[in-house]
Amino acid sequence: MVPAVSMRALTKRFDDVVAVDALDLDIADGEFFALLGPSGCGKTTTLRMIAGLEIPSAGSLKIHGDEVGTLPPNKRPVNTVFQNYALFPHMSVADNVGFGLRMQKTPKADVARRVGEAIELVRLTGMEHRRPNQLSGGQQQRVALARALVNRPKVLLLDEPLAALDLKLRQGMQFELKQLQREVGITFVFVTHDQEEALSMADRIGVMGDGELLQVGTPEEIYDQPVNRFVADFIGRSNFLPGTVEDPSTVCLTNGTRVTVEHAGDAGEAIALSLRPERVQLTDRGAVPEGQASLDGTVSLVTFLGSGVVYQVALDWMTVEVRAENRPSVPRHDVGDDVSLWWRDDAVAVVPA
Amino acid sequence: MSEASSAQARGLAKFGLSLNVLLVLVFLYAPIVLLTIYSFSGARNPGQWGGFTLDWYRALGDDTRVQDAIWVSIRVALVSTVLSVVLGTMAALALERFTFRGKKVFDALLYLPIIIPDVTMAVMMLLFFTQAFDLLDAWFGLRIAKGFATIVVSHIAFNIAFVSVVVRARIAGMDATLEQAAADLYATRWKAFVFVTLPQIMPGVLGGALLALTLSLDDVVVTQFVAGPGSTTLPVYVFSLIRRGVTPLINAVSVVMLAASLVLVIGSLFAQRANEGRRRREPAA
Repeated sequence: MVPAVSMRALTKRFDDVVAVDALDLDIADGEFFALLGPSGCGKTTTLRMIAGLEIPSAGSLKIHGDEVGTLPPNKRPVNTVFQNYALFPHMSVADNVGFGLRMQKTPKADVARRVGEAIELVRLTGMEHRRPNQLSGGQQQRVALARALVNRPKVLLLDEPLAALDLKLRQGMQFELKQLQREVGITFVFVTHDQEEALSMADRIGVMGDGELLQVGTPEEIYDQPVNRFVADFIGRSNFLPGTVEDPSTVCLTNGTRVTVEHAGDAGEAIALSLRPERVQLTDRGAVPEGQASLDGTVSLVTFLGSGVVYQVALDWMTVEVRAENRPSVPRHDVGDDVSLWWRDDAVAVVPA
Repeated sequence: MSEASSAQARGLAKFGLSLNVLLVLVFLYAPIVLLTIYSFSGARNPGQWGGFTLDWYRALGDDTRVQDAIWVSIRVALVSTVLSVVLGTMAALALERFTFRGKKVFDALLYLPIIIPDVTMAVMMLLFFTQAFDLLDAWFGLRIAKGFATIVVSHIAFNIAFVSVVVRARIAGMDATLEQAAADLYATRWKAFVFVTLPQIMPGVLGGALLALTLSLDDVVVTQFVAGPGSTTLPVYVFSLIRRGVTPLINAVSVVMLAASLVLVIGSLFAQRANEGRRRREPAA
């Protein structure tokens, strides 16, 4: 099948700064794809290149098989939901939504019908004649969505569309956006710096850093098998235990502890074990299952989060963060307690040091 | 005791301030009031009250030269305003939305007419026309005289600067992503300008137009230099009347001009208020 968006060595330079560095990426038709990364990583520039708001410096960019690299935005079958929504302040909700159709010279009756449908889709019926400034942030966001979706684009681009909303509304909209995407079946390309947003909504995530695409995969792959420290650190939290590969299934940590892992890599290689705080088991000193490698330490800080408790455990050579659920069956520890840490062999990922 | 004295001091300060306001108002508006009153005076000497009369306004109505001058003024103002609004808005857009070679120089030069004295501007324009007409005569045998066209061109020359300052401020306050959104929604550059940019900057464009209209109607110095026989604007004509002895006819003419200016100023105030009101209703996201 032809990918909805296909990038080959796509590059964007601003003077001497390389904003996007030779990106290779295929986004499948109907997919909900998230471009995730810290600010300045090039994710928005990538999105703007797909939209036609930036012209690539080099490389190829295809939408449904057609090269679009230098086409102006008005000639591309994509629409954008802008970060600040960019609704036209002097037009009513209905006129905003119908703008794209009018520009394409759609017959008036069709415009009216499709605008009505789009407004219904985003549940704004009855607000047609309001001006954008008479709407709440969440409603403005829906208008922006309707204004883009009404054109039935081949790809919908969303630039941090939830960033301007408050937390509760944002969580509601995450769910709603995902639902909406299923309903309309249009390819969504979504830019965000919020890993939780990406994990909860996207079918696949592309993690970017410094203009490069570091890893592409499902949320589970990205979270469980990060390819490097940057990805592991950016998506969720992680402890990095430095060590050396002894054989394909054994790693020797710097304090001499031998740990069994699934895929260690080449012998002699310096690596780090990425260990998620919620995958570490915290027990009283010595209460570790038979034959399981463990690390001894002392609790140095306890932070209560409501749904869980985060412990900082000081080892001789580093500090490890452990997250435990706040459940009656999970024993609690206090600062100064002598404890042991252990984890299942499949709970860690090996990343380059 | 101290409370009473501070209250007294406050009362005194209040009185002083009121007096100050009154004096300023008298200083600013007494001449205008006097001018208006004496335009209804029956005496030939404009500083002398000779009983109420409308003779001077009647004389104004009969004086075809005054009427011609008014007509020339209005035509010059309208034509130069329309053209300078178009050119000034284009210049403002170029400076706010595009980067090009020599932008900084263009930016600085554009505002020169606001800074340089009228007389300098007038002499510059006169020299320019003289040289240009000489060249046209030498090369193509075209004989062109100063007149309506030279006045219009001169007024456009200084009005562009004022229009672009006003329009540019408005463009700077406009969210540029609106234009990107229009392009994203299949609008060509021209349609994006007509349907999105222009409605957004309209208050600035109207304000600039009113400013240009007023400046054009008011101008004496530049017009005096570049006007030709048979094309005198009202201010220039009034100026020439003074040399031939002052009668309350001048007062009457001035009152008519004053009334026209007031209408324009009030119009621009309303345009500005609409502009501000719209901004207030559009809080930044």
